Amino acid sequence: MRPVIPYVTAALLFGLGTYGVLRRRNAVLVLMAVELMLNAVNLILVTADTTVRAALPHSGQVFALFVIVLAAAEIGVGLAIVLQLYRLRATVAVDEVPLTEPSPTVDADAREAR
Amino acid sequence: MTGADVLLLALGAVAVGSGVLVVTTKHLVRAGLYLVVCLGALAADYLVLTAELVAWVQVLIYVGAVVVLLLFAVMLTRAPIGASDDLDRPGWPAALIGGGVGLGLTALLVDAYRWTTVRLPDAGTAERIGGEIFRSWVLPFEVLSVLLLAALVGAVVLSRPDIGRPGAGQPGRTEAGR
Repeated sequence: MRPVIPYVTAALLFGLGTYGVLRRRNAVLVLMAVELMLNAVNLILVTADTTVRAALPHSGQVFALFVIVLAAAEIGVGLAIVLQLYRLRATVAVDEVPLTEPSPTVDADAREAR
Repeated sequence: MTGADVLLLALGAVAVGSGVLVVTTKHLVRAGLYLVVCLGALAADYLVLTAELVAWVQVLIYVGAVVVLLLFAVMLTRAPIGASDDLDRPGWPAALIGGGVGLGLTALLVDAYRWTTVRLPDAGTAERIGGEIFRSWVLPFEVLSVLLLAALVGAVVLSRPDIGRPGAGQPGRTEAGR
């Protein structure tokens, strides 16, 4: 088995995930790109498990399992945030999210408008 | 080139190709379905790399749960069915950074491993991985369960607007709540 093949696959997937996170406006698509990056890391961990003879066998695969669980937790909280954003602003475009604290009157106006 | 190499090459091509489609397609639902293809190819990759348990957990959790959640989110945010043109920002900084990261990591890893071969180790069956988790990695495993609980509570609190926001929604109710 030549380890360079899965390593290069993982590197390209990570690059694609980075591109997707920076390129996409829709928050759900940003989360999908984050999943690509997490999977690239998993592939690196599993491949490293086959190439590096560590003191503890199969540590890379155990780490990959941990990352999968973390990804599940991340997607749960992330989607809760996205759905809350959609409920408040009726949009999921990440570059329309105001980063400053809205003043109470503006907030009330937005609620009136809805 | 052995059979494993050919398989890894083909599955890697499928994974990267569907990954490109995930980040470039104009259809929201199709992006989710291409993500399924990408994750499935990666699960098959894990099988070739002898990580059996990780492959099946990948299929169960990613393809089974995460993608379904993402598709739910696509539907709950009332995404249009057809192609939509407003999904992307201007592309060149993203292409620059993403391409730089991808090609940089590729160069680094190719330089580190060249065209060497390794012998595949013993398969990571459920028995071996389970023994490894409960022998060497018990504490991280338990911490992970606490983290899952925290994420669960966090998601519940986030999706209930009447928790922890005094005076935002129903002032009478929050006052009474105190």
